[in-house]
Amino acid sequence: MLQERVPDLSRSVTSLVEPDRVRREVYTDPDIFELEMQRIHERVWIYCGHLTQIPKAGDYYTVQVGRQPMIMVRKSDGGVAVLHNRCPHRGNMICGDLKGNTGEFFRCSYHAWTFHHDGKLKNIPMMESGYQGTRFGKGNPDCNVKPAARVEVYRGFVFASLAKDGPSLKEFLGPAIVAFDDMCDRAPEGEVEIVPNCFRVIQRSNWKIFMENQLDALHPSVTHQSTGRAAHEVEKQIAKKTRKGEAPLSYHMLSAFATVTIDKWDGFQTINYPHGHSILTGYMGLRPQDPDTLAYDKIMIKKYGKKRFEEIIGVNIHHVLVYPGLSVQSPLQQLRAVRPLGVDRTLTEIWHFRLKGAPEAIYRRSLAYYNLVNSPATLINADDLENFWKCHQGLASEGGDWVSFHRHYGRDLEKNGVVESAPNMGTSEAPMRNQMKAWVQYLQD
Amino acid sequence: MPKNDLQHDVEQFLYYQAELLDTKQWQAWIDLFADDGIYWMPPDASYKTWEGQPAIFAEDKNLMNVRRGRVLHPDAWSQRPLWGTNHLVSNVSIQKEHKNGDVEVRSRFHMMELRRDDVRHFAGSYLHKLKKSKAGYRIQLQRVDMTNAQAAYDYVLQVWV
Repeated sequence: MLQERVPDLSRSVTSLVEPDRVRREVYTDPDIFELEMQRIHERVWIYCGHLTQIPKAGDYYTVQVGRQPMIMVRKSDGGVAVLHNRCPHRGNMICGDLKGNTGEFFRCSYHAWTFHHDGKLKNIPMMESGYQGTRFGKGNPDCNVKPAARVEVYRGFVFASLAKDGPSLKEFLGPAIVAFDDMCDRAPEGEVEIVPNCFRVIQRSNWKIFMENQLDALHPSVTHQSTGRAAHEVEKQIAKKTRKGEAPLSYHMLSAFATVTIDKWDGFQTINYPHGHSILTGYMGLRPQDPDTLAYDKIMIKKYGKKRFEEIIGVNIHHVLVYPGLSVQSPLQQLRAVRPLGVDRTLTEIWHFRLKGAPEAIYRRSLAYYNLVNSPATLINADDLENFWKCHQGLASEGGDWVSFHRHYGRDLEKNGVVESAPNMGTSEAPMRNQMKAWVQYLQD
Repeated sequence: MPKNDLQHDVEQFLYYQAELLDTKQWQAWIDLFADDGIYWMPPDASYKTWEGQPAIFAEDKNLMNVRRGRVLHPDAWSQRPLWGTNHLVSNVSIQKEHKNGDVEVRSRFHMMELRRDDVRHFAGSYLHKLKKSKAGYRIQLQRVDMTNAQAAYDYVLQVWV
């Protein structure tokens, strides 16, 4: 059915998306979902994981690229491979666990076919007696586990693309590469390592609803009012009780959701790049002067020199969005990867990273944000997820045909394909318009 | 104290703790904790301490008050729909009894949650470190190990389990 509709759908994407508004079917039509999996998620660079998740040869993590179950594995030569999680014999999944160590080779649980870490066939039981004279056997590439068409690693972050051709990872990321540079540069050793825990949360909505929320600078003070207010009250009580008159920074991270009001959010800025990527500049650029921060600053200055240190720490980013499936908060060393499960179901995998060489207190500060905002008992995302579900329910109804992206439309500043929100218009819906522009281009290709 | 009475008292305390959650008496529930008490839900049963590690919950009384303030706020959108829980606590086993009357106790729970028309089930084990005080037991540590700690959460947990 889809195949019959594909030519139709790709012709009609332009009628589904206008510069300032989008048809509801874009979020709810299962055939459009299939098409965007084919033409976006299974072509572009998708984040698989970090090298420090798989330090030893044979270590693996299973990961979903588009709709495809894949395995990210550390090879014996130290490199990394991303393979389809499918035995070429009868199609059995090779790894049934989320993660593990496969030893020196993969072994299919069905008929004991074995494969090297790069997916090449190692052995088939009864290779001689059973397969002699058939077209199957060693040397036939059809007997290998199929690898991702392309794999690239940038500063430890592993990406795979299922398309043979296309831009390199660096070309694809463009200026959004700052997500990884900003995160790693803040480490005295210039690298981050994974904190070995993944929070996995399912939202009952289309994946794009999540992506469009990430840089929506108007929503925090509305959606997260309750937590922001509650945290602000407790923050004030703690401040009153302590000698220095200050509550831990984690309370500020929460109370800011309410105390940073809509007009203040307008003072921030979004910068929107080709391929749908965006940056939100903003309030995380604050520079506390507590002893922990000062100790960290000292280590950093010793490592990088005063000038370079100021450059690193001066990068004023709240959030980087790598379209279509990655939301990175580099100053807090966390990352959310989006795995679409269906047109109305989306999994987010949420990771935290440690700045190598930074004091423990710095790690614990961002860990507090990871736990409070991003755990499955989140004080923040609980209300986002509620909105996402309600959005999807509304869009699935026939109460209207369009989603509006008109906020500050026509006022953004465009130069060389980069769209910046205008001064004091940081809540512009430019990131959503930018994502849909990329979406149309991908679907028409 | 004779063993039977101790077992009975500890069980009654655990039932009361669960009852306060199910009847949404958040302040009374928080008051069960010692001033430096901790509510902890690790993401993995192998974790030994709540400090310095990822945690589904790791809350002192201040953070509990943030969560209480949130769920009682009129703009806590996700709290608005019909929502309720029902805990069953069982398999209560006293692990340690200190001379001063403090105890460590393990138990198992099953919680059914209703939100709108959806039912979810959560199960797992509790470890309670209880301090004996004049007013009865106070919780020094409530460790909650969910059976599904490592599994994906379909939606999230809004309050304590």
